[in-house]
Parts: sequence; structure tokens; C-alpha cells
Amino acid sequence: MKHKSFFWFVLPSVILMLLFIALPIVSVVTQSLHTQHEQVIITVENCGPFGCTQAQSVDQEATQALRDAEPLGRFAGLEVYKDRNHLAVSDVASAWQNSNSYREFWNTLMNLPFYLALAFTLTYTAIVTPMTIILGFVVAIAINSVARSMRGPTIFFSLLPMIVTPLVGALILFWMVDARGILGTALQWLADDPSLSVKASTPLMWIMLMVYGTWSSIPFAFIVYYAGLQTVNQDTLEAAMIDGASRWERIRYVIIPHLAPLTTFIALIQLMDNFRVFEPIISFQAQAHARSLSIAIFTDLGGETRLLSSAAATSVLTIVFVAILLSPVLVRTWRDFGTKN
Amino acid sequence: MSVATRRPLTVKFVATSFLMLWLIVAAFPFLWTLWGSFKVEGDFFSKADWANSLFGTLTQSETGGSFTGAGYFGAWIQEEFWRAALNTAIVCLCVVTISLTCGTLAAYALSRSPYRYAFWLLLFALIFRATPPIILVSGYLLPFFEWNLWGHLSTTIIVLVAINQPFTLWMLHSFFKNIPKDLDESAMVDGCTRFQAFRHVIIPVMWPGVITTGLFSFLLAYNDFAVTSMLLSKENQTMVPKLASFLGTTQTKGNVMFAVAAVVSITAPLFVMILFFQRQIVSGLTAGAVKG
Amino acid sequence: MNMLKTALLGTAIAAVAGTTAMAGGHGCAIDSGRISIIGNEFPAIQSVAALALECAAGAETASNLTADHQTLNVAGMTGNPAEYTSAIVANSSIVALINEDVIQPLDALVAEYGADIPPQQLITVDGKIMAVAFMANAQHLVYRKDVLEQAGLDVPTSYEEVLAAAEKIRADGIMENPVGGAYAAGWNLAQEFTNMYIGTGGQFFEPGTANVTINNAQGVQALEMMKALTEYMNPDYLTHDSNATSAEWEAGNVALMNMWGSRTGVLMDAEGSAPEVYENTVVGGPLTVGDSGTPATTLWWDGWTVAKNISDEDAATTFQALAHATSPALLNDETMSQAVWLMDGFEAQPVNEGVLASVAAGSTPYPMVPFQGLLHSALGDNIADFLQGAESAEQTLADIEAAYTAAATEQGFLQ
Repeated sequence: MKHKSFFWFVLPSVILMLLFIALPIVSVVTQSLHTQHEQVIITVENCGPFGCTQAQSVDQEATQALRDAEPLGRFAGLEVYKDRNHLAVSDVASAWQNSNSYREFWNTLMNLPFYLALAFTLTYTAIVTPMTIILGFVVAIAINSVARSMRGPTIFFSLLPMIVTPLVGALILFWMVDARGILGTALQWLADDPSLSVKASTPLMWIMLMVYGTWSSIPFAFIVYYAGLQTVNQDTLEAAMIDGASRWERIRYVIIPHLAPLTTFIALIQLMDNFRVFEPIISFQAQAHARSLSIAIFTDLGGETRLLSSAAATSVLTIVFVAILLSPVLVRTWRDFGTKN
Repeated sequence: MSVATRRPLTVKFVATSFLMLWLIVAAFPFLWTLWGSFKVEGDFFSKADWANSLFGTLTQSETGGSFTGAGYFGAWIQEEFWRAALNTAIVCLCVVTISLTCGTLAAYALSRSPYRYAFWLLLFALIFRATPPIILVSGYLLPFFEWNLWGHLSTTIIVLVAINQPFTLWMLHSFFKNIPKDLDESAMVDGCTRFQAFRHVIIPVMWPGVITTGLFSFLLAYNDFAVTSMLLSKENQTMVPKLASFLGTTQTKGNVMFAVAAVVSITAPLFVMILFFQRQIVSGLTAGAVKG
Repeated sequence: MNMLKTALLGTAIAAVAGTTAMAGGHGCAIDSGRISIIGNEFPAIQSVAALALECAAGAETASNLTADHQTLNVAGMTGNPAEYTSAIVANSSIVALINEDVIQPLDALVAEYGADIPPQQLITVDGKIMAVAFMANAQHLVYRKDVLEQAGLDVPTSYEEVLAAAEKIRADGIMENPVGGAYAAGWNLAQEFTNMYIGTGGQFFEPGTANVTINNAQGVQALEMMKALTEYMNPDYLTHDSNATSAEWEAGNVALMNMWGSRTGVLMDAEGSAPEVYENTVVGGPLTVGDSGTPATTLWWDGWTVAKNISDEDAATTFQALAHATSPALLNDETMSQAVWLMDGFEAQPVNEGVLASVAAGSTPYPMVPFQGLLHSALGDNIADFLQGAESAEQTLADIEAAYTAAATEQGFLQ
């Protein structure tokens, strides 16, 4: 395709992405390199319905002069990235030097908020992504064998976890897994332990979050695989059967290779989405047990004083980690481009 | 003879029972919500005994019947949920149309370009998709307020289209790669311009892929909370933020059931839609699908 | 401290005469300018905003009452002209607006249009009126009269007595987990620590600076008391916000809890719980911890502000409409029990006694300090580690201080 026609074809899409994604990313990166100005603090008397108290306040006039001089804030370089709430460079270095064992070092590391969040996020991604792919595949195979007339409703019900608004979906599940909810009671009965409570235990909460994550993304994998199954070459299958291939062998040697490119696509999208895990943690009120990188951004932005630079730094780190995770797929795409020229 | 008819019984049994199990797991929370939406809050979120929500003990004592439509009445009539439904319809229609128009043009060009910059564009689209949406939305607030763009449906539509563009590009890109190049190139040999070739040769065969991508765009616009809750004013709210406002930080009695009724109301049209489009969805996915 | 008490108790007599006189006195036919309110969405604020918009019906009106108000208000008031002409805030959230310099001092407007706003409603910072408060709130004890009687206990006044009572109730087999509290990790948990730490007489910061000083004996005492209480709570306490805690109460599973005054109304009505629960729900006063004499609770107000970047006409419209909406004209049978209102003419309802008792006991207002919010976030993120037994109290407090220090440095409060 000529450069000129390429340009006009991609223009609307590129303008949209530049304006609403690339520009904000640039401002996020800029923000993460700056911190707020030094605030001039004075002691004032505050009065209200409960009487008067002495309290600190920001001297607006003095601070305003600093703000006008440098509207972006103080340039801090990588300071925000290196502070304790992010990569905690100095804490990690001193822990490395002072720890007597790897275990002790690990414990110190897990006491730092960023590494704790990273640990959960990686575990979540590493477990939910393959689970989604495997179960989505199995569901697709199973639905593909259902009588044609039943497929419409079956597909609808299989899509429900993706369709029902996560906001309320999780609210209802949150109630269901309560120790007195229907699932919680069922679990207690299964484990034969009346004091079992999912919400009180960190390991169970992690499992719960991962089960929910898998449950809600199976439909995506399923629908993509289901589509792929429709294009499996029937002749090849027949030929395999004549050669005496068992059902398992047909899946292993005909269907799975056929679906391999789809798996790459699903893995790509799922890795990205799982790495940004956010909604389930909020809906299950699980912040005490599990924190992800997105949750860290959310708390920075949601507090009474908004930590913009801190949230920006965590966002940039998230993007970097996603890029690292996806690099195998990206290298593959690069090679594909090379061969097709 | 087709493959399906020659399955041994045990395999069929295992497949069927797995499917039944999956359908129960997938649909149970929704069916539970559907049933519970006709109860009062005390039953639906019963701390005393979970069986109350099956039998409606408190519903019986508070309303006199085993079922009540109070949640639906409150949501649709009292809280004017229909306005939100109307807004959602507008947003979805516009997002799907604009998203697919921009997406097909760009994805077609990407699939036909032999140059490296096409790869870099796809790669950047992927990096864009990795950005956490919360930070994007919080970045929009200040300029939108400043330029008086905040609160309008049109702003939200454009933002949703833009955020959704990377996914649309990747998906459609794979579809277009499966449409043979000879098709449009022979049209160009016959004297068509690139756009004419796209218009007359590609558009007629691209629908299956476009419909599938459209389905995902539609679901995104339909279910979005992060963008719509922050960028829309009260009167322009779509269904999901409206539903969230029924829940609120301080849950007022009865309002939670409005939210539950609203969930059922939101899901019902999708059921009709999927039944209606199932042939297109499946055939759309079939025609080449998403071979990354 | 005593202003509110006198005002509230005094109004019982003064109000009868005052209400009629003032309702007529307030002109409310504004038909020019613009009013646009942003605020939280609980019923009391809904009532205020509805009356303000009705009062300014002739002008350009809008309101956005949402749980996300804190994210939207600064951005929405920064533009010129500002999208929102008024933000409804509390003593914790007003500091963000003052820090960003988006709200204007109200002295001139009060002088021109607000002569009849009683002084206890005016919030001044460094001598300048920055907001007009309209309601008060606080956390205090709520208890089940029947359960305490059955166990033969007096109403507890301190957390030590709560522990003893809980032990007795459990030992008697009346309830397994008799104590409740909004201990959900995050804002709620941080609020409980703030209460408890104030109750021990601790200081959050070195006087006059932003240097945090909570890693001390009082900090440990506060954490230990919280942990002792959680032994008598539902094991899921770290996921229970005030909604979930109220639901536990209505289910009849809890006999003693520290709860917001604004939440007790729904616990005492007939909806959602069995008669033995709502008939026996009684509000008590604030609880103490140790022997510092300061109640372990904080006092809160909600009030309205006026944006800086708007025309004088819009400011006047906004001020007059909101002044009317937070005057005695607001009070009627429906709104009376929605909150502890600060305007003249408010008659305390039984549900309000807890908040009034907290005020009368000389409780401390939640600190209106620019960096308190940063400490609150750090507390909310870290306390759960201690309560779950993952680390020592000292380690938790050190983590909180380190997290706060990093955040405060980024914000320019510390060097």
C-alpha cells in the first residue's frame, strides 16, 4: 500500500488514539517526573461549630508565587520512582545488605507496598490467564457438540459472566460467599468446618479473586475458540479418524494446532487485562488481603489529597511491566511482519 | 457420516455433564438475581438465613405477597431509569458505528501495508491498551472542565471510541489479513483507486469480522463504568452509573433493590440481542476469526 | 466546643419563636445567575441541594450528587468559569479545596446576604469564613438494651468496659461475636484508628510541622485495643464497611458497636430487622480508652463552599440559594431526623442523642490539617497487617510513618 493512501486510511483512528491515549500518557510521564512545590506551612486558628483549634494550613500567597514560577511543579527526576511507595531502591538495597537469609530479604521486600502489589498481580496473572484459556477451550469444545437448535440459549448463558455488570455481579457474589450466604454455607458444609470464612482468610480470598477472575473471562476465550472450531477442516478430521486416531489424538494433533494462533490473541488480551486487575478487589472489599498495582493507583487518586505524581509513576511502571510480559508475543508479530514482506 | 454422531456414549456423557456444570456456574448468579429482584432487600441480602431469599419470608411480612415489583417500579418510574436506557442506546449506537468506521479503515490499511511503520503502529496501539483506564480518565477531567466538554454524551462517546480503538484495530487487523490480497489488488489492476477497491471489493466480504468486533465494542460501551461514571453529568447518565448511584456510599433502604432490578433490566435486552444475532455472531467469528 | 451544645440545647426554647420569624425573612425568588452543586449523595445533602435548586428555580441550576464528588470537585472548580459554583464538603475534604485555592472567602457575601446565619454555622480558617456548616456527625456507641439486661451489664462508657461486656455476652452464650465496627481496610479502618489514637491522647504530628509522630506508646495502645476488639467481632471484620456493619446489626448478630450518628436512624426504624432488634436499639455516648479523658471519637461537620472562579452574580445566587437551603426553612417532619442540623429550629430526635453526647463530652473535631488526608491513606493501607497478626504494632506504625513520609515529601509538605 502506498504511503499516501495508508496515511489517509489510518488518519481518523490515529488522531483519536493520539488525542485521547498518547497525549494523556505523555502528561502522565511528565507528571511522574515532577513533584509538588514546597508548601509554605503556617499555623492558623480554625473555628467552627465545635469551637476553635490551632491547626496548620498552607500559606496560599507564598505558595502561589512558587507555583507561578514553575507551573509543572518541581522537577524531581526519578525520585518518585525510587521512593518507598514505589521501587523503594534504598530500602531494597539496605535489606539486601542486612538480611541474613533470602527468606528475611523476601519478608522485607513483601513489606514494601509496591512489591507486595506486584507479587499479587503477577500471581493473579500467572494463574488466571492459563485457567481462562484451558477452560474456555473445553467449554467451546463441549458447546460445539450440542444440537444446533440448543446452541443459541447455551451461548447466551455461557456469555452471562461477561455480560452481567461487574459492579453488581460482584456485589451479589460478595453476599453469596459470605459465611452465611448460599455459597459460603455450601463451602462450610463441604469442608465440614462451620467457622470457615472466605472473607477472613488471605489465602481463601486470593483463591476467591482468581476464581472470580477466571469465571468472568472464560466467555471471552470461549467465544473466540468457538469461532475457530467452526473452521476446522472436516476432511482432515475424517482422515485422522480413518487412520484410527482416538478422540484425544484428534484434538491433540488436529484441533489444537488449528487453534494455536487464536491462543496467542487470547493470551495477549488476557495477560494485559489480568495485569490490570482492579474491579474484583474493590467489589469483594479485599484490600486487606490483596492489593494490585491498579488498586495502588486508585488509592493514590481517591484519597482526600490526591497523589498525582505517585499515581502517574505507578501507571508508568504498570505499562513497562505489561510491555515486558508481552514481549514474546511482540517479537513473534515482528517476525511475522518480516516474513510477509 | 459426521463426526458428532459416532461419539462413544461415555465421552458424550462426560461432555454433557461438564457443559451442564458450566452452564450452572455461569448462569447461577444471574438466575439468583432474577429471582431475588422480586423480593425485598431483607430477603435478598439475608444475613439471618440464606434460605429466606428462596422463600421470601420478609417479603411476605413486609408486602403481603411472595413477590414484589417494587424494585422495578422504583427504578423505572420513580428514578426514571428509562432516561438512562435511552442514553445508553445513543452511546452504544454511536460508539459501535464510529469505532467500526475508524477501525475498519485503519485495520484494512494496516493489513495491506508491507512497511515497518505499520508494525510500530500496532505495537503502540498495544501499549496504549496497557494503560490503566483510571489514570486516563483522571487526566481528562481538568481539560474537559476547562474547555466545557465535560458532561456531554458526545465527549463520552469519543473517549470510549478512542479507548476501544486498540482492541478494534488488533481484532479487525487479523480479520483483514484473512481476506486474500488478490481480491482488492486485481480490482486496482482494473483501474480502481485504493478506496474504490475497499469500497466495492472488501466491504461486501468484511461483514462477519465487523459484526464480531462490533459485538465486543457494543459490550464495552454497554458495560463501561470507569469512563461514564466520571465524565457524564447527572441528566446524561447511562445505565451503569445510574445503577451505581442506586447503591451509593450510604445505602438507603430499598434503593439497593432498585439496583438489583436494574441489573435484570440491563441484561434482558442482551438476551434478545444475542438470540437475534447468534447466526451472525457465529458466522462472523467463523469467517477467518482472530488469527493473531 | 460549647457553642454547638448551647446552640442546640438552647434552640429547644428559642426555635419556636425563631422559626416562624426567619422563614418569612429569607427572600427566595432568585431568577438570575447560576448555581451548580457538587457533593456526596446521602439523604441530608439531597434535601439541602433540592431546596437550594428550588429556591433558585429562576436561575440556571444543576446538581451532581455522587460518591465520586471528591475526584470531581477540584477539577470541576479549577476551570474559569468553574463548572461547579459550590461544593458540599466535610472538615476532612475542605482542606483539599483550600490547598488548591479553588474556593473563595465568604466574608463579603455573609455581610451582604447572610446576616441571619448564626455564628456556630460559620467555618473560619485564619479569620476568613471559608464555608457554612449545616450538619454535625460523630461516631458513638450503639447498644442492644435487651442483651445488656440479659447479661446483667451496665451501659459501657469505655472500650475497656466494652471488652468486659463482650466477654460476658459471649460467655453467657447470648451472642458469639457481640462487637461490631466499620473495620473495612481503607478509609473506615483508618478512621477507627484516628478515633482510638485521639482517645489515647496521642499527637499525630510534631507541633507546627508535617512530621508524623505516631510510632509511640499511644499508637501501640490504640492498635492493641483495636486488636482486642476484633477478637469479639465477626471474623470478616476487615471487609465490613459501615453498610455491612449496619446489616450485621439489623440481622441481630451484634450488641455493641461504634457507629456514625447519621446511620443510626435506619437501625431504629421497623424496616429490615426483627422487632426485638429495632425496639431495643439504643444510642449511647462516645467511648473512652485508657485514662486520657478525651473521648475516642471525632466530630465532623458538613457544609457548603462557594467557588472562586465564578462571576460575582453567580456567587451571590449560589450563596443566597444555599443560605436559604440551610436555614430553618429546610426543617420539616421529613428532614428533621435526617441529620443533626446546625441551624436554629432543630429539635433533637432520639437518634441524635449520640452525636449531641459526643459534642457535650468535649470530643475533638477531625483535624482540619492539609496533610491529615495523606496520613489517613497510609493508615488505611497498613493497619490490616497488624490486625491479621502478620507483624508487630511497632513495625506497622513504622510502615505507616514511612508510607506517609514518602507521600508528604512528594506533596511538598516535607523536605
